[in-house]
Amino acid sequence: MKYVNQAIRKVDAMSLVTGKPVYTGDMVPANTLMVKMLRSPHAHALIEEIDTAAALKVPGVVAVFTYKDVPQSRFTTAGQTYPEPSPYDRLILDRRLRCVGDPVALVAAETEAAAAKAVGLIKVKYQVLEPLLDFTQAKDNPILVHPEEDFKALCPVGADNKRNLCSTDCMENGDVEAELATCPVVIERTFYTKANNQAMMEPFVTFSYLDEYGRLTLVSSTQVPFHVRRILSNALEMSKANIRVIKPRIGGGFGAKQSAVSEVYPAFVTMKTGRPACLCFTRQESQANGSPRHQMRVTVRIGADEDGTIRAMDVKALSNAGAYGEHGPTTVGLVGTKSISLYGSLKAARFSSEVVYSNTMGAGAYRGYGATQGIFAVESTVNELAAQLGMDPCAIREKNMVRLGQKFAMYYGEDCTSCTLDKCMETAKKMMDWDNKAPRRVLENGHIRAVGVAMAMQGSGISGVDIGSVEIRLNDDGFYTLLVGCTDMGTGCDTILTQMAADCLDCPMENISVRGVDTDQSPYDCGSYASSTTYVTGMAVVKACAQLREKILAQGAKMLDVPADTAEFDGGRVFVPGTDREVSLSAIGYASFEGHARCISACESHSSPVSPPPMMVGMAEIDLDPETGKIQLMDYVAAVDCGTVVNKNLARVQTEGGIVQGIGMALYEDIQYTKAGRMMNDSFLQYRIPTRLEAGAIRVEFESSYEPSGPFGAKSIGELVINTPAPAILGAIQNATGVAFHTLPVKPEDVVMALRNKAE
Amino acid sequence: MQVTIQLNGRPYTAETAPDTQLLHFLRDAGCKSVKCGCETSGCGLCTVHMDGKPVLSCSVLAGQADGHTVTTLEGLQKEAEEFGGFLADQGGEQCGFCSPGFIMSVLAMGKELGADATDEEIREYLEGNLCRCTGYQSQLRAIRAWLAAKEGKAE
Repeated sequence: MKYVNQAIRKVDAMSLVTGKPVYTGDMVPANTLMVKMLRSPHAHALIEEIDTAAALKVPGVVAVFTYKDVPQSRFTTAGQTYPEPSPYDRLILDRRLRCVGDPVALVAAETEAAAAKAVGLIKVKYQVLEPLLDFTQAKDNPILVHPEEDFKALCPVGADNKRNLCSTDCMENGDVEAELATCPVVIERTFYTKANNQAMMEPFVTFSYLDEYGRLTLVSSTQVPFHVRRILSNALEMSKANIRVIKPRIGGGFGAKQSAVSEVYPAFVTMKTGRPACLCFTRQESQANGSPRHQMRVTVRIGADEDGTIRAMDVKALSNAGAYGEHGPTTVGLVGTKSISLYGSLKAARFSSEVVYSNTMGAGAYRGYGATQGIFAVESTVNELAAQLGMDPCAIREKNMVRLGQKFAMYYGEDCTSCTLDKCMETAKKMMDWDNKAPRRVLENGHIRAVGVAMAMQGSGISGVDIGSVEIRLNDDGFYTLLVGCTDMGTGCDTILTQMAADCLDCPMENISVRGVDTDQSPYDCGSYASSTTYVTGMAVVKACAQLREKILAQGAKMLDVPADTAEFDGGRVFVPGTDREVSLSAIGYASFEGHARCISACESHSSPVSPPPMMVGMAEIDLDPETGKIQLMDYVAAVDCGTVVNKNLARVQTEGGIVQGIGMALYEDIQYTKAGRMMNDSFLQYRIPTRLEAGAIRVEFESSYEPSGPFGAKSIGELVINTPAPAILGAIQNATGVAFHTLPVKPEDVVMALRNKAE
Repeated sequence: MQVTIQLNGRPYTAETAPDTQLLHFLRDAGCKSVKCGCETSGCGLCTVHMDGKPVLSCSVLAGQADGHTVTTLEGLQKEAEEFGGFLADQGGEQCGFCSPGFIMSVLAMGKELGADATDEEIREYLEGNLCRCTGYQSQLRAIRAWLAAKEGKAE
């Protein structure tokens, strides 16, 4: 392996660091209409009257659209494989407004200023309705978020719009109640997480135009171009055949762009006006009407023996879909499957869930996708269980963690086929010097230094659903074109797939030109989400290269006039061993372009029946000032098993970045609503993502297993890494203060109040 | 109103509204490296140099820049490539959307801090440049390598 497992520069790195115009917003053509939205000031209302006359008179305004102008087919913006589990509960513009910021009208104008001015001149008479803001009161509440008769769930997810239910589910392995009844120690805790915002640096942005064939073309910052094609077809009631979606460079996604948040609006304007149209969300819009993490309440019951053997686990999740159901039924599943399955010692496990609608911002996919909330709750409960039993939190995990060869406790019946979680624990303990630092020490200045630990897992793609595809072509002179359908959003999949192809084809990476997504040209790929690209699309690369090698060999052998089974291909030439007979790849490339029935290319798809989990252990060391409650992260160590590390740089940076997002979730990133349901934290001033001062030092080591079903033994890395900080940091706070916190984020005032309450 | 600036070494004049932010004035002038990330002076993505000093171009009106020298990453391509190479070697650009503003701040910092700067000094200087992808560690490694290489060259 020449490139796999190396630290390779990203193939697009230099264009990014020199500021080239490669993002959606940099490419907007001249003569494009700028689209602005009038958004609802009310969390729940009906439009009684809407008057656009004054707005239309603003110079430069071309059109104003309201609910009266849009197609009446409900759709979902969730980028998922058809049939989507997310209910079809949206219209482009609706008379019923379900959260503050819900779109009321679209203005298209020659300039952004004209559009903004016109937005302010639209006169609306609202019938303001009482909003349903507390998601814990949503089920069977008399206030209905989706009373409409044409609400539609394509999959049997347990949706019932007349009860505010987006989905319901329950799964049980063994008899949890019977097992709990015989456990000498049972601990039950309830946790609350917030609707964290991905806060990717590039807000949602899309532009659209009609191309030379009259087809609707979209250029969009999306993780799911092929799904966007279908979503547009649903929303606009038009043929998929007339839609093309292009993904340029993306300024971060983290799941936010797994929903078509911005796409349908400019597309609608283009179809109505025939003009190019662009919608670029402001940061305020991205924060308040994006597709954040599902706010949740998670209750965990664990049954154990006095010696710390964990025998039963019962996890119950209530998830807030908000106004719309994107990713609601699917995110919640991971709360249970990816937390419970960390423990191999379980005799019985149960996971039940409800996802409810409310009049808050609709949620979506955010890195970790429910696993983050579930692991926070389960790992925090295990930390409290360890404290209750007087055990070291690492020791209780060493006693119970899932190990290689076991069947996962609740993971679609899958076996643990690659796992170094035990080694990750050992390594993390060494890195942190855990035995000397645990649980706490008090410094001379009164500050408390304490450590905390958590384990995590995720999946590698969605088993039996996700499809990755690539096409590889041999060109004249012997260079290759690699067409991929998965979406590099900064994560580097264009690079790592090229690394894999270069190793498979025994050639320099420079001989391979990779091209990201254009639905007219790339082979079908479900897109980049669910930690799928390395594992799923990577395997498509391996398969396509194998097929291509056979074709090259056959062509070379034909040119040498020998049977293919007597010749070999070494990446640069086809030759007959033991003779001087050979033909170069360059010559084969030229020859394949001349007088043959077909050029040499291979297209392969891959879907995996399993989703092997990457695993990790994270440990936090904090400095806590009991006077002010201020918590400073001093050190974070992570030992990660993502199978074979395909690109050492990118895997490390993914890990470091995911951990800092997790730190934000644990300590800083809060979402609060006014009593009327307006989100208060809708700017970077109020929604505080960690700066480099708050990130502290992060150290990462890899404890690679080898996953037999993955390309080069690789599993995923992207989502896993956000899951440990919240439980590890709260575990450290618990060790520092003796107080266990159950609501994220933990802010200085929370710490001070808790210490005061404890003293009283 | 008419605004004339010395943009990346050349005079540039354009008609603009009095309330136009320098950020949008520059993007309209073709300097697409200048990114808009927040509108509240909170992310550092739109950092440019005005008269040699880093400023947030969302917090400067185009009219205020009239008569001043403004440099964007388009005008510092050699420097961007030089430091950017160190960043790329760490994978520290990731999505790259914050890279231009971040690099503008790093280049300004390079004039003030040397290889003996502490990690804390570097973090403090760059605190205003947010990044959501990398967790900042790779950027620090890149800066350290770059400062050391610069010093090596200077000696």
